[in-house]
Amino acid sequence: MNARNRELFALIPASLLLTAGFAAVFIQRENLLNDLSLTYGAIFLALCLAAHLVLRMTLPDADPYLFPLVAVLACFGLVMLYRLDEELAREQAQWFVVGLIFFTVTIVALRRDHRVLERYRYVIALGGILLLLLPRLGNPVNGAYLSFDAGPISFQPAELAKIAIVIFLASYLRDTRQVLVIGARRFAGITFPPLKHLGPLLAVWGTAMLLLFVIQDLGSSLMFFGGFLALVYVATNRISFVLIGLGLFALGARALYAIRPTIESRVEAWLDPFDPDLFQREVGGSYQVAQSIFSQADGGFFGQGFGQAIIQLGDNPAILPAAHTDFIYAVITDELGLLGAVAVLLVYLLIVERGFKTAMLATDSFSKLLATGLTAVLALQVFVIVGGVTKLIPLTGVTLPFISYGGSSIVANFILLALLLLVSDRARREAAHP
Amino acid sequence: MNAPILKLFGLVLVLFAALVGMTSYNSVINAEEYRDNALNKRPQIEQAQIKRGVIRARDGSLLARSVKDEDGLYQRRYSARARRFSHVLGYDYALGIGRAGLERERNAALVGEKDEVTSIVDDLSGERRVGDNVVTNLDPRAQQVALNALDGRRGSVVALEPATGKVRVMASTPGFDPNALRRPANYSRLSQAPNSPLFNRATQAGYAPGSTMKVVTAAAALDSGEFTPQSTVSGKSPIIVSGVPLKNFSDRQFGAIPLTTALTNSVNTVWAQVAQRLGRNRMAQYMERFGFGSDPPMDYPDAQMFASGVYDLRRNALIPASSRRVDIGRVAIGQERLRVTPLQMAMVAATVANGGVRMAPHITSRIVDTDGRVVERIEPKASERVMSAESAGQLTQMMSDVVREGTGTAAALEGIEVAGKTGTAELNIARRINQPWFVGFAPRSAPKVAIAVTLENVIGGQGGVVAAPIAKQVMQELLR
Repeated sequence: MNARNRELFALIPASLLLTAGFAAVFIQRENLLNDLSLTYGAIFLALCLAAHLVLRMTLPDADPYLFPLVAVLACFGLVMLYRLDEELAREQAQWFVVGLIFFTVTIVALRRDHRVLERYRYVIALGGILLLLLPRLGNPVNGAYLSFDAGPISFQPAELAKIAIVIFLASYLRDTRQVLVIGARRFAGITFPPLKHLGPLLAVWGTAMLLLFVIQDLGSSLMFFGGFLALVYVATNRISFVLIGLGLFALGARALYAIRPTIESRVEAWLDPFDPDLFQREVGGSYQVAQSIFSQADGGFFGQGFGQAIIQLGDNPAILPAAHTDFIYAVITDELGLLGAVAVLLVYLLIVERGFKTAMLATDSFSKLLATGLTAVLALQVFVIVGGVTKLIPLTGVTLPFISYGGSSIVANFILLALLLLVSDRARREAAHP
Repeated sequence: MNAPILKLFGLVLVLFAALVGMTSYNSVINAEEYRDNALNKRPQIEQAQIKRGVIRARDGSLLARSVKDEDGLYQRRYSARARRFSHVLGYDYALGIGRAGLERERNAALVGEKDEVTSIVDDLSGERRVGDNVVTNLDPRAQQVALNALDGRRGSVVALEPATGKVRVMASTPGFDPNALRRPANYSRLSQAPNSPLFNRATQAGYAPGSTMKVVTAAAALDSGEFTPQSTVSGKSPIIVSGVPLKNFSDRQFGAIPLTTALTNSVNTVWAQVAQRLGRNRMAQYMERFGFGSDPPMDYPDAQMFASGVYDLRRNALIPASSRRVDIGRVAIGQERLRVTPLQMAMVAATVANGGVRMAPHITSRIVDTDGRVVERIEPKASERVMSAESAGQLTQMMSDVVREGTGTAAALEGIEVAGKTGTAELNIARRINQPWFVGFAPRSAPKVAIAVTLENVIGGQGGVVAAPIAKQVMQELLR
């Protein structure tokens, strides 16, 4: 069976899951099965088929599992949003359409050779940084400059910027990885990169720090910097470079911690979310994290079932705030239990596995680094938000890719998927016909 | 570059394992603790989504029910009749000020908490969880009689069924309207009000018992075999007890008189000598048998019950009656630092009435599901044999003399023989501030009701004059 047929078959469970999910929410809500659940399933299946046809025509050899895995997440997210608020689900479905358009455009534009991106690396890098600075024009949300309002659409540029930065780094490191390794010196038991090539890397670090200070978004900074370190490590195979980078990031974060109250209160809320003072603090307290954990505690092993989580009572302020964005993982754990939450994590892990597999199959350095970087950034994003929601690390608001509500996130992650599939198509074709 | 990519994947696996670990900890391993966290209102919200059972009086009249509000949560509503029972019933505003009284004690039944297997079966069969109903032993008419008789004064009346321990009347004044507490502002106002309307005087107030304590002393004297009702003791006044002179009421002088006479006339000096002869250990032993020193074994929240006994008033801590620091001669006549609840004194009377066996008092009669099936019936439970039936019989005879010809004649009922004992604790002799008491039971031969009545700070009020008539009215109603 060829790759595209496998993909087609793999899409069937995704659609079934969606239909079953909607049916479950319906039964829960109305005590009867409405044919709307089937309509949702059919529309979603049609969208999947359209994307599948695009792939069939443009990237026949691309990895057959990536798209169905993403479809599973997307449809799962849609069901969760539908359960939270019908209107949100409708909007999210529209964003899927937009996302798939961007997906298609990316693939069509780059299908001859995605390596043309290298030519524009500085433009892309600059564009990414400008994107990040855009929200400075607006007002901060919870002390961080996360979104930019363009008319009715609120846009979170960090989502797109992460892709731009990965493209730039992959291209830059392809050029310099050799000299970074060859010129390295050992000092005090640690291998340091050569100073003259360290400059640009320090510049990247400086940019990350600057972003951290300017947009004050620890979550995105962590994601960027993590992706950067992952790429440096894969490009040079020197763990010491990663340790130096981590040390530098820690220094910067420490400095920021001292001067920015936002981050300090996040750390306090992380250390002791059940402190009554912090819990009751109006702004920057631990209410959200504590409620997230209480919500998970309700879930148990099997969960309470769709529609059973306590999120809001009447018109009162939400008991679990931001349930459709930052805390959607807490709702998943509450309603589907540990089992459901682990299943979601497993799907992400499979996507990551396919991403790294693509990187390993790729023959040229740029493609390898690009696939690695994109995959690493995706994995880190999941780690940052799920870690924050579960109190493994301090909470920083990023979206749960493909599941959280949010247009920028959906569009950016579909572009990310398109790039991965572009790398995969070339790599697998070359592997099949050397 | 493939080797570092593999290692990177390894790192991702480790990070995701940490996520799985943390999710397991939150949702399963430590879930119970998080559910019990005081900041976590989810369990209360869940319970508010269940139709809470109703609470009924003994005659079936409705006291508390639940109605659904606009948020889909059930809110407690109390009937007009419930106002009579404000303290004993308590309230359920779990999302506001909390729960109290029987509402708190019987919460599990009222929200229909089932064992694990039943609830899983219900879940699977789609059965909607509803709370069970609670039927109490409380008698609305007798309760109203008690409230009318207290007539707005601060005080309490407790009436028990001696053979079973059923709580028939538990009045505490002033009371409150449980419906008003739905607004937390009302709660904070009432909780700071000077006459403490939220305080259940029947179970929480520690009062000086005065001469009603002589019933306990007499039980110890008779049952230990050291005394009989005919044993004579000198009733001269004053005598020196623990280095301080002790007088009889009005400094009245008695010669060598039998114990029966000493109880009828409430002779302080006789009972102080009796206790001194019995010794502190034996007195302590009988007090403990009567239930002093611990919260009564009643279906009521421990937080709302006071353990009767001798208190170190500065540290607000119980001192064993056997302690050398305790003046046992004065404890015997209800002085010293003895503090008792009306419920405790009703238990003393009920124990004598029940032939010496103390029964656990209970407010709840039965728990009934929505289909009317009895889920649980609260059976009478003996706590302890305090004294022999013979001693109890002798004491009953002595207590009937009190009502027939002694200080308690105001409690006498027409055609029904009443046994009892009055008490007047003098709180401030100069200003004549007293705490009048009456404890007793009726009918003497086959007691159906045991009662304790007390009032706070009555100027010049005597137990036989102020408290005994209230007891009479309530007993009359309960024996109708």
